[in-house]
Amino acid sequence: MSKQVLLIEDEPNIIEAISFILSRDGWTVKTHSNGADAVDIVKQRKPDVVILDVMLPGKSGYDILRELRSDPDINGLPVLMLTARGQTKDREIAERAGCDAFMTKPFSNADVLETVRALASK
Amino acid sequence: MPRDTLTGSRIRERRVMAGLKQAELAKRADISPSYLNLIEHNRRRIGGKLLVDIAHALGVEPASLTEGAETALLATLREAASGSDMAEAEFVRIEEFAGRFPGWAALLADSQRKVETLQRSVEALTDRLTHDPHLAASLHEMLSTVTAIRSAASILAEPGDIEPEWQRRFNRNIYEDSARLADTSRSLAQYLEEADSEASETNAPQDELDAVFQKYGFHLPALETPSASVEAAVDDLGQGLSQAARWLLVRVLRRYRSDAERMPLADCADTTALSGSDPFAFAARFGCDLASAMRRLAHLPDDLLPDPVGLAICDGSGVTTFRKPLAEFPLPRLGAGCALWPLYRALARPMMAHLEVMEQSARAAARHRGIAIAQPTAPARPGQDVLFESHMLIVPEPKRETSEDILQVGLTCRICPHADCAARREPSIMVASAPRRL
Repeated sequence: MSKQVLLIEDEPNIIEAISFILSRDGWTVKTHSNGADAVDIVKQRKPDVVILDVMLPGKSGYDILRELRSDPDINGLPVLMLTARGQTKDREIAERAGCDAFMTKPFSNADVLETVRALASK
Repeated sequence: MPRDTLTGSRIRERRVMAGLKQAELAKRADISPSYLNLIEHNRRRIGGKLLVDIAHALGVEPASLTEGAETALLATLREAASGSDMAEAEFVRIEEFAGRFPGWAALLADSQRKVETLQRSVEALTDRLTHDPHLAASLHEMLSTVTAIRSAASILAEPGDIEPEWQRRFNRNIYEDSARLADTSRSLAQYLEEADSEASETNAPQDELDAVFQKYGFHLPALETPSASVEAAVDDLGQGLSQAARWLLVRVLRRYRSDAERMPLADCADTTALSGSDPFAFAARFGCDLASAMRRLAHLPDDLLPDPVGLAICDGSGVTTFRKPLAEFPLPRLGAGCALWPLYRALARPMMAHLEVMEQSARAAARHRGIAIAQPTAPARPGQDVLFESHMLIVPEPKRETSEDILQVGLTCRICPHADCAARREPSIMVASAPRRL
């Protein structure tokens, strides 16, 4: 059975592109576009890797990550954060919230693929 | 101990003005011409009897040779030096430099001011991305779109076969996203253009306000007549100002007008003729509060007063909201001044007038009387806290023997030479040079 990625992102065309490249690489890709219930979806789906955008409707990616990390059942889940601003401040907040990897938009497909592979094999 | 002040330059200036030859003045003062030459080039210290003799020979007051209007210049030069790793030995020669190369010194001071302005512009621009929600949102939108385009485009560009259906989909996505990108970038460009034409948002509004008073002076005849309109004056003076600066200007001019109404110019002239720059006399004469009297004095034409007066107003947080500096009592353009000023002490004991004779820099040591009071910013309301603001009037004080204590104060800590100061909040680059006359 192939490994599962949960992509939490609200930009439909980014979802489509990332889904395509990950599926082509053999991943099962599930997507979700709302921040408010994102934590529940993660618990339900139990993915191998989560890709999490920072700017989401309903709840910020940072808050979602903090909730994930405070839940003992899933706090070891590898998370890749995506953000549009590449300021050191954002990276710091993301790292303190407990992300495993961090990427700033615009990123390259190859980087995403490589990072997701690395996170899954941890 | 640092080398001498600019006394030599002033002697030279006075001598040339009097049409005296160096040898002639040297003879009258009973020194050799070559020694006078050294003095005139600030290479020898001068004081005591010799200074009095030379002043006598030139027919001027000795004090006029030892005091000058260079305090502001020297303060700026010190600030310039404070930003560099200048060696102590060089640094202490700052007055000698200003005295021997006045043109170069003025040029350096001018550059320093420009550098400060530019630095603030850069800070304001950096700030803007964090504090301008519209800008941040637009950029986020653009970056998201660019990301989608890049991802889709690189899928299409990669070698290998992609099913025709996917190809069509990604082509369509790129097409849609590029249209969106065009829209966002157009609106962003428009927004930036508008922001720019709205006068330089990169300048602190307080600076813009300072520039207005620098240009038009602090006395505004347009606000002195009974029919004066604040709106008309703001339209006139506030041309090209940013919204924020205009808001500040309206506030200052409204107060000006209301002060002028209570204290008409003609009556002010009577009062100053009688009691000089005394805010207490104004308060008594017009039955107004001390702060209003101080503001009125600061906005009177200079020829009504024995000497021009300065004024600083700060709010409860200590931030300066209005400044009228004097040549010999500069007020910092950024941040707060010296914590020893009565301006700040008044905040701790509101409604009491604090008086202090001050010497601002230990070097040029011009003397000023500071009169400060903190008053509520608005009338009291039932059960509500009042906010205070502090006013300090700065009146030049003749230098003479006095039994009053003279408070040694600074401008800002960075360039203040006072060692062992309890109010110090930042190390000085000057403390190493021996404190004088403390």
